[in-house]
Amino acid sequence: MPVPFLGLLLVTPALLVVTLLFIVPLASSITGAFDVDGNFGIGNFQKAFELYSSDIVFTIVIVLLSSVLIGLCSIAIGGYLTLGNNPRAVSILKWLYRWPLFIPFIVVGQILRTFLAKNGLMNSMLMESGILTAAQTISFLDWRGIVIAFVWKQTPFVTLLIAGAMASLDRAMIESARNLGASRLRILVEIILPQVLPTLLVGLILSFVTMMSVLSVPLMINAQSPTMITASMAFRINAYGDYGVANALGVISLMTTSVVAWIHLRQTMREHR
Amino acid sequence: MTLNDLKWIPRGLCLGLLAFAIFGPLTNLVLWAVTERWYFPHALPLEYGFTYWAKVFSPRGNATVSLLTSVMIACLTVVVSVGLAIPAGYALARLKLPLRGVILLLLLIPQAFPNLPVYVNIARIFYQFGLNGTILGVVLVHVTHGLVYAVWIATAAFSAVDGELEEAARSIGASAMRTFVDVTLPIAAPGLLASSIFVFLESLDEFTGTYFVGAPDVSTLPLLLYTAGSGGNYQIASITALVLLVPSIAFMFVIEKFLRADVLSKVGR
Repeated sequence: MPVPFLGLLLVTPALLVVTLLFIVPLASSITGAFDVDGNFGIGNFQKAFELYSSDIVFTIVIVLLSSVLIGLCSIAIGGYLTLGNNPRAVSILKWLYRWPLFIPFIVVGQILRTFLAKNGLMNSMLMESGILTAAQTISFLDWRGIVIAFVWKQTPFVTLLIAGAMASLDRAMIESARNLGASRLRILVEIILPQVLPTLLVGLILSFVTMMSVLSVPLMINAQSPTMITASMAFRINAYGDYGVANALGVISLMTTSVVAWIHLRQTMREHR
Repeated sequence: MTLNDLKWIPRGLCLGLLAFAIFGPLTNLVLWAVTERWYFPHALPLEYGFTYWAKVFSPRGNATVSLLTSVMIACLTVVVSVGLAIPAGYALARLKLPLRGVILLLLLIPQAFPNLPVYVNIARIFYQFGLNGTILGVVLVHVTHGLVYAVWIATAAFSAVDGELEEAARSIGASAMRTFVDVTLPIAAPGLLASSIFVFLESLDEFTGTYFVGAPDVSTLPLLLYTAGSGGNYQIASITALVLLVPSIAFMFVIEKFLRADVLSKVGR
């Protein structure tokens, strides 16, 4: 058998599964969004914006804010791992930051729900140590809880990627900048960061898409309105069996991610050619 | 004492805060798992014990059934995903492919778009075929999710194999198949093993797809956790969460032993 056909034969089963179980349902979420009682129309979108526009804004703000915080935290941790002077602090940090890496979102939701509640362990500990009084405690189980959950879970992933990229940089340039007296912050911002920017971008885009798909965290941490559109979609289906509006919300989330997805696809395709 | 001697203070403070942010919530989970009674305003549980563990893992308890279902689904998912990913990864890493761009695009799209709208519509399609609420339906959903990662890790693992070793085997007369089985596969094995573990964990932890396709007939550990947690039964939810947590953290510590840095750097790209 000629080699091109052998290769095609080997990838076909995997492609078939991805096409049938991802691409086809993805397409039917788009057609379903425009399906109003069997006819083509934009009624589902009107209804989605009417009922859930605050959820849409809420989702976008939360995911953007979380992405920014994840980016800043991972640059800080990755930067210290690369430029830290104290070997012991570097190895402690290296051991410490990765713990949440593979912890599933559903577990993150459960542990933060009990930790951040008004009478959860965090407030109890702050009260025991005399920092807060009982009257000053507040519950973080709203948008702040979701942001904390996302940052807690996704920072290690992005840090792992950019710390790897930082470690493979040419040390000579960093050392010479150091010898010339540049501060570590300046080296991080002006020399290291520009070189690892593509990796940082990939990590943040994958996190953005992941956060747009998570259902368990908003269901468990923020059981009130406004909430994230993933929770609204689940509610639309479970309570009303209303696939039209759910799919319209799905298309809105697809369009939100398509901007970042396009950047990701373009860059990754370029690297694999 | 010079200013330099005090430099450890901000460093120690930052590490301490990070440790609190990471281990505070985890400690809370462990406390809940061994709590008998705990209510406001007590900072720590009033009574510790394992009666909930006995309840959760009793032979007739939901958790035992869910755990077995979860492990079975995860094993099937690994077999199917890795079985599909090995040939695909090898072809992507080693062979000339026509329409390479289209193939790459198809394999990248699942990473680039949120999967919740997809699961909603898979559930709708599966309903027509009677696959909703079946183990097979849940395995298929998990395979779609795991396959993409498995293909990328397998591609990275095969790319990292030195091509000259394969050529050497071929030049002393080994067939293509024999070269693959005796040379390429053993060298790529650690990466493939890592991809299997990763797919296993992803399947074990998967919530959204199972929620739409499997519930309420197929109950996995994440669904049990969710139901127990929303019922306010924090002990059972925390015990279930702990069961899911242990393999995740163990994998985090060993991942670099399986995946060399050069393979790891290619994952997810």
